[in-house]
Amino acid sequence: MVAQAGPSRARPLWVLAALGVLAVAMVAGLLDGAADISPWQVVLQAVDWLPFVHVDSGLAPVEQGLLFELRLPRVLVAAVVGGLLAVAGAGYQGVFRNPLADPYLLGAAAGAGLATTVAIVLLPSAAGSIPVAAFLGAVGGVFLAYTLGNTAGRAGGTATLVLAGVAVTSFLTAIQTFVQQFKVEELQRIYSWILGDVGGGWDQFWLVLPYAAVSAVLLLLHGRMLDVLSVGDEEAASLGVRAARVRFTVLLAASLATAAAVAVSGLIGFVGIVIPHVVRRLAGGSYRIVLPLSLIGGAAFLVAADLVARTVIAPAELPIGVVTMFVGAPFFVGVLRMTRRAST
Amino acid sequence: MIETSALSVRLGDREVLAEVDLRVRRGDWLAIIGPNGAGKSTLLKAVMGLVAHRGTVTLDGRPAAGLKPRERARLLAYAPQTPALPPDMTVFDYALLGRTPYIPYLGRESRHDRDVTASVLDRLDLTELAMRRAGELSGGERQRVVLARALAQQAPVLLLDEPTTALDLGHQQQVLELVDRLRRADGLTVVTTLHDLTVAGLYADALLLLAEGRAAASGAPAQVLTEALVGRHFDAHVKIEPGPDGRPVVHLVRGGP
Repeated sequence: MVAQAGPSRARPLWVLAALGVLAVAMVAGLLDGAADISPWQVVLQAVDWLPFVHVDSGLAPVEQGLLFELRLPRVLVAAVVGGLLAVAGAGYQGVFRNPLADPYLLGAAAGAGLATTVAIVLLPSAAGSIPVAAFLGAVGGVFLAYTLGNTAGRAGGTATLVLAGVAVTSFLTAIQTFVQQFKVEELQRIYSWILGDVGGGWDQFWLVLPYAAVSAVLLLLHGRMLDVLSVGDEEAASLGVRAARVRFTVLLAASLATAAAVAVSGLIGFVGIVIPHVVRRLAGGSYRIVLPLSLIGGAAFLVAADLVARTVIAPAELPIGVVTMFVGAPFFVGVLRMTRRAST
Repeated sequence: MIETSALSVRLGDREVLAEVDLRVRRGDWLAIIGPNGAGKSTLLKAVMGLVAHRGTVTLDGRPAAGLKPRERARLLAYAPQTPALPPDMTVFDYALLGRTPYIPYLGRESRHDRDVTASVLDRLDLTELAMRRAGELSGGERQRVVLARALAQQAPVLLLDEPTTALDLGHQQQVLELVDRLRRADGLTVVTTLHDLTVAGLYADALLLLAEGRAAASGAPAQVLTEALVGRHFDAHVKIEPGPDGRPVVHLVRGGP
C-alpha cells in the first residue's frame, strides 16, 4: 500500500496525544502534595479556573488557595520552562545540523551561571535580582560566542560558532568558579540555583511568559526554513535562501527562549536534547513536526520531572535538574550509540 | 541563456578559475570536462552565485548580479556533486524543497506547490517512494530524488555537478537519458560537469574543456575530444575514434603515458 503522499506536518493525532499527556501530567502535578484532595475535585477546580466557566469543585477556600497559589503556578512554570528548553534545543539542532546540539551550546548556561553568582555574591539579600542577572548573563554569553564565532571564522559558519561557544563557556565558567570562592558561605545557594527550581510562584510565571510567547512563536514559524537549512548552506543558497540570516533569526529566538527559561528556573539540563529526539523517533524528522511537538512534549516532561522531584524523597525535594539529568544522561548515551550505528 | 565573460574565482591565494567565457544557448546541453582540480565544479558554483567571483554572468539576458537570490533560484536549479539528503527527511519533503523560491519566507507551500512536486515525482517514477525516508534509498534512487528536487524548481536551466558519480553503468545511462528526455520535452538548458569523456561527447551538444582554471577548448564534441587536446590536458595516452553515431569515443591506450 502506498501512503498518501504529502508534506510532513504535525498530524492532529500526534498533537492531541501530546496535549493529552501534558494535561495528565498537569493534573497529576496539581494532585501531589501534603493536603489530601481527590483527583476529580482537582479536575473540577481546573475547569472552574477557565474563563467564563463556573463549576463547584466542593473544595474549601483554603484548599482552593493552596491549589491556586502554590501548585498551579509551579505546574505552569514547569510547563513553560520545559516547553521553551525543548523547542530551543530543537532550534539549535536545526541551526547546527547536529542532533546533539542543546540550548546551552553557545554559552547561555555559563553566562547565566556567572551573572547569577555575581548577583548572589554582591547582592546576597536581593533575591529578586537573580532572574534579571540570569537573563542578562545568558543573553550576554550567547552574544559573546556569536560575535567571537563570526569574527574568528568564515562569516555565518557553524563550526567556528560551536568552537566559540566552547571557548566562551570555559572562560565564563572559570570566572564564575573564581568569583564564588570569595563567598564560600553562598556556595549552597549558587548550587541550588544551578540545579534548577520551578517553585517561584506566579511572579516567575508572569516574568517568563512574554519572552516565552515571542520566542516560541518565532521558532514555530521557522520549521520549514530549518528543513531547508538541513540540506546545507550551499544548497539552501541555490534555493534562494540566505542561510546565515535564517540561522541568526533562529539562534536569536532560541537564545531568548533559553535565557527566559534559565532566568526563572536555573540550569535544567538535557530537556533540550532528550525531547526533540523522542519526537523525531516517534513522529518524524521534519522541523515542522519536531518544533511544535517538542514544545508540548518538553512541557509535559518537565511537569512530570517536577512531580518526581517533589515525591521521591518527600517531604524533602530533589532539585529538578537532578531528575532531568538522571533520565537524560543514560538517554544521551543511547542516542550516541544509535547514531553511531546508523552512520556505519 | 547563460553567458559569462572573464569569469574568475580566487580561493585563498589560488586562482581556481581564470577569465572563462562561456555561452550556452537555450535548450542546449553543455558538458564541462577537464582533469581533477581544473575548476569544473567551481565554474558551476560561480554561475549559481555560490562563490565570490569577478567577471560577469548573464542569465536570460539579465545580469545575474542584479538578481535577488530567489529570482536566481527560479532561473537556475542546481544539484551538487554530493547532495546532502537528510536521512530522516521523506522523499516528498525533499522534492518539495525545490519549491522554496516560490514560497514566502515564513509561509507554507500552496496546493500548487504540492501538485507540482507530486507530478514531478510521478514523472520520475518516484511516487511509490514518496513517503520513504531518504536514508533508505539506493544510489540510483537518490540521484533521481535529487533530480526531482531540481525539476520541482521549474527553472529553465539545470546545473548538474557530476550527476553520474557513484552510479553503475546502467544507472548512469538511466539518469542521463532521463535528463536528455526532460530537456527535450521541457526545452530545458542543461549544464553538467562530467568525468567520463565518451559519455560527455555522447550526450552534450557542446563541450568546454577546462585546464588549470582556463578554457582550453570549446565547441562540438568532435572538435574538443581530439587525441592531441585530451592527451595534453589530461596527461593521458588515448585513442579517439568516431563511434556508431559519429560521435567521438575515447579509449585508453595501455602502456601510456
